[in-house]
This record gives sequence, C-alpha cells and structure tokens, in this order.
Amino acid sequence: MSGSWEHVDVDDSNDMSVDARDEIVIGVLAIQGSYREHEALVRKCHPNARAVEVRKGSHLKNCRGLIIPGGESTTMANIARRFGLFEPLREFQASGRCVWGTCAGLIFLADHIERGSKLGGQELLGGLDVGVNRNFFGSQIDSFECQIPWTATTGTDEPPFRAVFIRAPAITSAGPNVEVLAKYKLPESKKAKLVGTSDEGRDEVIVAVKQGKLLATSFHPEITSDTRWHRLFVDMCAHETPYELPTEDGEELVPFCRPLDLPVFDDSVMAPVEKN
Amino acid sequence: MSTEAERTTFAVKAGLAQMLKGGVIMDVVNVEQARIAEEAGAVAVMALERVPADIRKDGGVARMSDPTMIRAIKEAVTIPVMAKARIGHFVEAQVLEAIGIDYIDESEVLTPADEINHLNKHKFKVPVLCGCRDLGEALRRIAEGSSMIRTKGEAGTGNVVEAVRHCRAVMGDIRRLCAMDEDEVFVYAKEIRAPLELVQQTRKLGRLPVVNFAAGGVATPADAALMMQLGMDGVFVGSGIFKSGDPAKRARAIVQAVTHYNDPKIIAEVSQDLGDAMVGIDCKEQSFVSYAARSE
Repeated sequence: MSGSWEHVDVDDSNDMSVDARDEIVIGVLAIQGSYREHEALVRKCHPNARAVEVRKGSHLKNCRGLIIPGGESTTMANIARRFGLFEPLREFQASGRCVWGTCAGLIFLADHIERGSKLGGQELLGGLDVGVNRNFFGSQIDSFECQIPWTATTGTDEPPFRAVFIRAPAITSAGPNVEVLAKYKLPESKKAKLVGTSDEGRDEVIVAVKQGKLLATSFHPEITSDTRWHRLFVDMCAHETPYELPTEDGEELVPFCRPLDLPVFDDSVMAPVEKN
Repeated sequence: MSTEAERTTFAVKAGLAQMLKGGVIMDVVNVEQARIAEEAGAVAVMALERVPADIRKDGGVARMSDPTMIRAIKEAVTIPVMAKARIGHFVEAQVLEAIGIDYIDESEVLTPADEINHLNKHKFKVPVLCGCRDLGEALRRIAEGSSMIRTKGEAGTGNVVEAVRHCRAVMGDIRRLCAMDEDEVFVYAKEIRAPLELVQQTRKLGRLPVVNFAAGGVATPADAALMMQLGMDGVFVGSGIFKSGDPAKRARAIVQAVTHYNDPKIIAEVSQDLGDAMVGIDCKEQSFVSYAARSE
C-alpha cells in the first residue's frame, strides 16, 4: 500500500514477456511467516518463475510446486485447519506436484515428530519419511548461522552455503528412500547439551533432504541472498504440469496491500542494502 | 563438515521477527492463558505478571516478571515466549537472557529504570524489540541494536487511536523521506535525530529496515486488520484478549482477522458474537497517564 520509489513491486501477473506455457508458477503458503522472502527469491532464481500467495485452496490453480515457508508451525497448522486448507494441500501433494518445506514447513512434511510437539498434537501433511526433533537446537538464544558445504548437487565445485537456523528443527532419522542433501556437524558445545537426551553421542544431524517430489530444509535459505536452493526447487517443479483444481471455482485473487520487502541481513544492523 | 564457526548475527535476531510476520503476539499472565493463546494461533506469547490494563489500574512501579512464572510458561508452549524488561534496565535484560527467553520487549509499559539511556541491545545474544512513535525514534532504537520495532500506542487502554497515530507517523515520515531530494536527507536525519546511514537505508527500502508490529490498544479483529491494512507486519494484543468476555473466541478471531486482513467478509464473520470487548479508556481524559511519552 505505501508508496515505493526505488524498488517498485512489479506486478508480474501482467508480464507478457514470458509465455504462459513456459511460466513456472510456484505457490507460497501465505498464512504467516517468511513467505514474502520466499517469493522474492523465487522471482530472482529463475527467469520464468513466478510466485503466487496461497491462502485458500483455489489459489493453487496453475501452481507447479508449493513452498511452505518458515514461521510458527503450530500457528500455521492451526489456521490451515480452521480454514479447511489441509484438504486442498493434501490433494495438491497427492497429485504428484512438488512441495518444499523450510523450518516450520519441514515439520509440516515430516512423518514423525520425535520430540517437542505441542500438547494435544497438531495436524500435519506428512509424506516425508524422516523423524524430526522440533527445536533440536534449543530456544532463540541458541539460534545461529554458519557455512555448510554444498552437497545438494554434484559436479562443479560449488562454494558452501549460508545456513541460518532460527529455533530450528533437525532431522534425526531418515528412511531408505530419503536423499540427504546437507548435514550439520555438531560442535562440542552442542554435543554437550545432548547429554542425557535420546540424542546423546550424536555428532551430526541432517538439515536438508529430498524424497521424490518433496524437498525439506531445517534452515532458512529465504533470508539469505543465495538462490541455489530456490533454483533447485524450481528446477524440480519445471517438469510438472500446472495444477488443475479438482473442483473449478475460479475465484479471482484479491490484490493484497502489504508491507514492502525487508533487506537481507548480515552481521550488523548497518548491513549494506541488498534487496532480494 | 561445517567450514566456519557458528555465529549469532543480526540476521539471526532479525530472522526470528521475520518468522513472526503476519501473526499475533498475545500478553499472558499464566500457563492457562498461554495455552489458550497457543491454541488460538498466536505466533508468540508475552509473559508478564499483570496485563497493561491492570498495571494502569494498580499504579506503583511495574517491573520485570518473576522468572518462575516465565519459566512455567516456556515449559507449557512450543511457540516463542517473550518478556518485558524496563527501559534501560540491562540487568533485567541479562536475567531474561539467562533464563532463555526468546525475545525481550524493552517496554515503556514497565516503569523506566533509566530516563536517558536505552539498553545497548548489541550486547545481547537474545533479540530485543522496542516501541516507537515516529521514524526518528524507531531508527534510534534500531541503531541501539533493536531487531524488531512496534508502535507504542497506549497499552492497556483498549483504544487504538494512539497506535494508529504512531503507525501513521512512521509510515508518513517514510513516504516524505522517499519523496525527498537525496541532498536533503542529511539535514532530515539531523532533524529526526537518527543515524544518517539508517535514514538512507530506510529511504532505499521504502520501509523500516526491520520487522514492524502494531501494539498498544488493539482490542477487536477490526482493530487488528486496520493496523495490517495501514502496512504493519503483525500485531501485539495485550489486555484486549484476556480482559474481554470470551478470551479464547476473541483470540481466534483476531488471529483470523490478521491472516485475512484484506477480506472484509471474513473479518465480518469472525467479528460476530464475540461477547464484551475490554472496557476502553479515553486517552484525552485529564487524569490519563501516557506510557508512550515515558521515553524518546
């Protein structure tokens, strides 16, 4: 809503430069959390990619993939349930379209929540054969960022990626069909905290996985300027066909007035302005 | 396998606020209320001994809450738990950091401990948020290391007018800043008493460089949606929920109104049959004590 002069939000729905058939529409679950950051990186990572916000089942129309962003999983699950979003999301997933969950999104996709779930449980999507320990790393004081070697694709010598963990979950077990894309080696200080828990003696945890059409990361690529994870996901989705709604209720998307994008932060608040 | 030691950067602190965007943060005074807030879909809870409406009523000096109560709430919920420290009281902030709180609110609702200096928030690993009334105040707090900002509003009044005033002030200041010739920005930074670098960054982004929530007087789903439509990233609800007739229902309704803030049909639907709202206070009454004016 507020005016912006230097970085005008391009309304790419009217952008005719990309042929509709080549356009890769990625839905981003827009209940709460870092969905704007994901949208910015989707646009940035691939010339034909476009992001749409998904608040209702009907918004999934034409999407080839769906991103479940970082946020509070308890809150997102709660609101999704209340608005009957789980049903259309499950249908979308069952249709064989790609789904990527980051942080809270990983919790949505995991089949087993091993520790730290909410009292009374929470409804989730599932499908990813992994065990997830919610808040494995502890509370916000224990949140951190680090560099992790890029092992998600082979071939060229890729630089490590910047991994930001915020009250992050960790993958503590993975089934035979799960491809491990990145691991985090625990420093001594973190190993010491595991003494007395079921994870005692563990020296690394899995932080990124792929299983068929599902991708999951426990860190937040969306708040960095590294586009490789988004590119990886868009490439996965490029092979899919645009999603047709099971029941056609072609509802027009209400244009949302909304705050502008935040900068990508670094070490200090005085970070150089780098926009997504 | 990791090639570099882990660090707590500003990105990690501001990042948690980014994950809270589009959500509602609720004041709670005990475990039972914290559970109601979590079930209603709050993205975080603010643990405190008395909600602002009671602080207003009781008077006296309001301080940081007892760590026992904060710990009990932390045990009971999975969402982040915030707590308030007095302005400039760096030892209260140290205590809250020591008990592993997720976010500190350096809040004017508590009686200030230092009327000149705020916390040096760069010194803390735990992120700290602060209130503001205009752009200059917001950027001074960010310069001190605040990784999240909220409007001050007038807590405990159930009256949204001051929150709207502060939100409009910040947004209006930014709009004026963006329309300025770049040569005029130096003097503008001096006038609003904010660091030039942050003023320039704000101008480039067209918004505050950190997450900005509404706070101080939100009492209904429509109040919450109003603040969102004015351009805020999320909403704090203090006394508005647990001082109302049906807290669980009102909490759910406000969460839904924030998610669908641009859909008046949904806001109408969730606003029905909520029971009594909290009793509001007119901020223009003679005896009114402004919390917002306690710091600048």
